[in-house]
Formats: sequence, structure tokens, C-alpha cells
Amino acid sequence: MTTTTGTTSTGTTTSGSASTGASARALMEGSEALVRAAILADCRFFAGYPMTPFTEVLEHFAALLPDAGGVCINAESEIEAVGMAWGAVATGARAATGSTGQGLALMQESFSEATLAELPLVIFNMSRSQGDYFQATRGGGHGDYRHIVLAPQDVREGVALVQLAFHLADKWRNPVMIYGDYLLAHTQEAVSVERVEFPPLPAKDWAVDGSRSGTGRSRSVTPLGVTKVGQRHFGQEGKAQYIATKMAYVEREARAEAGFCEDAETVVVAFGSPAKFVKYAVAQLRDEGLRVGWVRPITLWPFPVDAVRAATRTARVVGSFEISSGQLVDDVRIAVAGAAPVEFIGGVSSDHSGFGLGRLLDVDEVRERIRALHEGRTQPPVPGYEEFTYEPAPHQLAPTPEVTP
Amino acid sequence: MSTIPLGPVLDTAHAPGDGARVVEPKTPALLLTNHHHLCPGCGEPLAVRAIAEALEDLGLVDTAVCALGIGCYTSFGATVDVDLVQCLHGRAPSVATGVKRMLPDATVFTLQGDGDMVNEGLQEVLHTAARGESLTAVLVNNGVFGETGGHMTATSVLGQRTKNTIEGRDAEYHGYPILIGDLIAQLEGAAYVARGSVHNAGAVARTTKMVRRAFEAQRRREGFSFVEILTMCPTGWFIPTGEGPDYLASTLGEVHIMGELKADGQIRTTEELHAENVRKAAELDAQLARGGLED
Repeated sequence: MTTTTGTTSTGTTTSGSASTGASARALMEGSEALVRAAILADCRFFAGYPMTPFTEVLEHFAALLPDAGGVCINAESEIEAVGMAWGAVATGARAATGSTGQGLALMQESFSEATLAELPLVIFNMSRSQGDYFQATRGGGHGDYRHIVLAPQDVREGVALVQLAFHLADKWRNPVMIYGDYLLAHTQEAVSVERVEFPPLPAKDWAVDGSRSGTGRSRSVTPLGVTKVGQRHFGQEGKAQYIATKMAYVEREARAEAGFCEDAETVVVAFGSPAKFVKYAVAQLRDEGLRVGWVRPITLWPFPVDAVRAATRTARVVGSFEISSGQLVDDVRIAVAGAAPVEFIGGVSSDHSGFGLGRLLDVDEVRERIRALHEGRTQPPVPGYEEFTYEPAPHQLAPTPEVTP
Repeated sequence: MSTIPLGPVLDTAHAPGDGARVVEPKTPALLLTNHHHLCPGCGEPLAVRAIAEALEDLGLVDTAVCALGIGCYTSFGATVDVDLVQCLHGRAPSVATGVKRMLPDATVFTLQGDGDMVNEGLQEVLHTAARGESLTAVLVNNGVFGETGGHMTATSVLGQRTKNTIEGRDAEYHGYPILIGDLIAQLEGAAYVARGSVHNAGAVARTTKMVRRAFEAQRRREGFSFVEILTMCPTGWFIPTGEGPDYLASTLGEVHIMGELKADGQIRTTEELHAENVRKAAELDAQLARGGLED
């Protein structure tokens, strides 16, 4: 009943059938599996700054990269970490950085500028919730830019998507983010980290190494559109135009999978770890005879508009289940384009530290929210937070006067 | 206040021993063009030339990678024939770190202004120095944001008039300038730290030598090397073009003291360098009084 929709036909396989770098199946936490996958994909440089729940990614890079002939720097700040990765990527090496919400917020200037400099940087985002969906897909950086964002649902898929991230980064010379969470980073799973084969990519003749300095053919890795005297000159506006027109091609990388959608009256959209809960809950509701289905964006950008539209073709109502106050729901509404009402059925939910999982991420809770959507009932409150409901004061309820002249 | 002459004073009292002769104009091969779009009297082209000559002198051209900051000097990214990574304002030392760690045999240097390095990127340069990264950071310091039109930076000296310190930098209101070279010299990871200038021919020659020594320290993997180059900015200083060199010597040069702040494992303080410069100046004055400069 599950269909996977990859809109490209690049011959990419994720089965690992022809794997050359297979490792034995072993119990390891998600962070370690992701890091081993990165090293298998020839990542040789990492710089990061500890922050929960991303910290273990840094720990495993620090432990594993030196033996792989690489370098992991414990950067003094997130801003320095992304700068270091920037420099490593500019030499043609595969390199990455990462953090979580606030740390990634500090890196935003570099993220957007790196896109204009066409740096194939990979970013490990182990988020504290799904409230960083906008940060990941819209970003807080300046100018016109987009990042490819891959959201694995579990460790096994994460191993494949991390390798895909490095491939896509080089293929498009554009930053790629892995959007994970506490569950992905910290869950121990029995996984085998196997190499995924990708089509060959052209040599990085744009990368700097000093060898062409003084030959009249030196190189510039720059976001400014300023090249060397005598070379093709973009100018600031020309470079921005060039990147903007590239993005239309990158949109072909949209990926999603869907299940039970052929005759579904209610379709739920979810990504990352929560999507796995949604898939399980939908299967339970199907057993009860409810015509419900699910669709899971694997790329958050490019958003799989066509796949979501196809999956919701028969839907009477569409729900967005996400651990936030409602961000993904915007993209779902764009994709569904008014063909059916789109309702937010998730909520803010975390543990007391704010880093981990809250009570909403529970199969029973998820199932009852989908059932309420299907039956047209009001969503139940987020468990544990019934009393934390905003009560507007009288002055806030009073109308604000018009100020137009 | 004694003004310190920072190079041999031209002896105009006596005819030169040798007659005038035509010399070959020497343009560094690394320059793709002789043209630049900076203001008349700007010191930055001289600083860039010092870097180019140092690379050529040491035969390091085909190993050179520059991590370039944001300021007026950014335009040299297009005209200097060196592999370039353009960085965000302040971030060049971090970027250079990534480059150097992946290319240990390259000669990696940053080129940054005082706004870039000492304002926006103070954290980057200090941490990179403390880590002892074997790369060279070059600071062109004119004590002003030249590109925005003459605003105060963290290295502007007390009393300096800028667009946002109209009556002069006041310690009580604007705080004190940072002597970045002195700060870096204290860090264990820094192997070579020097402060030069381009306000006269002798200063340019000494500065080129400092850049050479910095690159040599990098090649020997001794640690972080740093050269601060005081440059003229008559436009941002709101003075006539011709007064740039003298203004530099009498204002910035009196606070950001020139000389080698750390070399061969020895740190020299601002006071020590100042005393040494005064002694040298007195010696030159004495030589002139005796009838001419000695060899």
C-alpha cells in the first residue's frame, strides 16, 4: 500500500545492494550511524559546537574523523564552525557542520551567503522540535536562497539520506540540510551502515588549492559575483539571477512517500520521526475500517507538491500533524491549493527540558487526533498543557482603530 | 609629542654619490591589472603589493590561497591572481582555518580591514590565533570604516574625528581603541606578530619583510602569524590626500606602535617598541646633525 515518489530518475538506489562499504549490523545510536554514513560518503571535515540534542553528532565526528584521515574542530562558536566548514568545502573536500535551533540561527548569515557562493555544504540539524521547519525551509538569512532539506523518519533512512545529502550538495553546488530530532539522534537501532552508490559527478575544478595562483587562471569561490579580471563576470545581480534560475532545476529533487491514499477520505501529512507515528496510527485506523491515508515529505524543500496533491486527490479533509504550532501546514495548503480543507492537528509538545519529546508523540494521542479530524470533531488539547491556554485581556479583545488616512 | 620618523629620512642636503638612472619598473606578476578603483592616497594598494611581493620573493605563489574579508580592499580579489575564498565580514580566519586544515601545504592568508577583523570578527581572529593555526592573517588598519564613508572602528584612536565621532573619539563616551597586535602577541598559539605601515618607502620595505617573515613562520608550521599594516585613508580621515602619510605617523602610528611584537619567541610590549623607535629616531637625528646618514 506504500508508494515512494521520487520525481527524479537519476538511477539512484537506496537499497545498498551493490554496497562496497558495508558494515555489519550493529546496535548504535542514531548520531553515530549518521556520522558513520557521512564518513562513508567521504566527509572529511566537520566543525561544530555542542548543543542538545545535536551534541552527539559532534562527539562521534570528533571520535571517528581522525582515523578516517579527516579533521573535526571543536569550534569556539557556531559562527566559527560554519566558517571553518565553508573553508573546507571551498577546497573541494566534503565537509559539514551542524547544530540545533539557536545555533543554526547564529549560522543563518553564512547559510544564505554560502548558497550564493555555491558551496556544497552539508548541515546536520538535530532539532528540538518541528518548530524549526520554517528556519530550515525558509531560513533567516538574507537574499534569495533555498536549501535542500532532507527529513529522515528513522536511523535506517537517515543513513541513506546523509549520503544523499552529500551527493545532492555536490550535484547542485548548494547547501543541503538533514532535519533530524531528539528521537533520530538518540534512538539506538540495529543498523548496518552501507554505502549508497550514486552516479559519478564532475570534478570540482572550481575549488581552490593555490596551484593556479600566478598562472592567470586563479579561481574565486565567492558569493559576490566578482570574478578575476578577464574571467566571466556576473556582478551581484547577475549572480543572484543565476542562482534563482538554478533553483527551478533543484526543485526536481522533491521526494515523498505515501500510503493508503488511493481511496482515503482523510489524509494526514507528517515528516520526520512523527511521520512514523502517523503511519502506525493510520494503519490501526484502517484496521478499524476508517478510510484514512498518509503522505510523508522526505524533502521539506523542495516541497513535494505533486506527490502531496496526488496523495490527497480523493481526500475530503487533509490534516498536518507536526510538533509545532503549525508550520508545515502552510506548505500543505499551497500543495492542496484549496481542493480540500487543510487542518493543523499537531501541537507544541516537548519534555520539561525543552529538548526532547513531549506527550503528543504517542501513538494513542496521534490516532485520536486523526480520528477527530476524520469525524469532524474538535482536536483534543495537547496532553499535559490543558491549563496553558492563552486568555486575552479585555484591552486585547477591544478592536484596534483604523489608522489609514 | 615627538613625531617618530619611521624610515630613513631623505638627505637633501648633499648630492647623491651616484647619478640618476632609469630603473626597471617592478610590477608584481600577481597583479592582473595595474588599475584599481580606490581613492587617491589610499594605502591599501601598497599593502596588497607588499603581500604579492612577499609571495613572489619566497617562491610561494603557486601555493597561495587568500581568504578575503569585506572592505575597500575586497576589490583586489578580482585583480590579484591568487586562488580566493571570499568570506563574510569578520569570518576570514575561520574560513582560512578550514582551508588550511584541508590543504596543509598551501600558503593560506587572510586579508581583512580593521572593521572586518577587530570589530566584526575579533572572536574569529583571537580563537584562530589561540588554536595556533599555521596560517597568516593580514590586517590593513586605517582606523576607520573606509567603505561606508569614514566611521569609527575599534582601532580608531582617541581624538580621531570620524562620521560618528564628529568631535573626536572620546574615551569616556566611545571607549578605548583595541591594539589588536598586542592582544594577539600574548596568545601562546601566535608565532609571529608584527605591525608595519605603508606611509613611506622605508615603512613599505619593512612591512614587506614582516609579511615575508610571517609566511616563513607559516611554512615552518610554527603557528599563527599576524601582520598588521597601518594604511592611509585620507578620504575617511577627511584630510587632503597629501597629508595622509603624516597624519598616519602622528595619529595612528603614535598609538598602534610599529615593530615586531612577537618574533623568535620573544614578546615586546608597546612601551618597549616605542622606546626603541624613539632611540632609532634620535640616532638618525644625530647622524643628520653630524652631516649625513651613515650606512
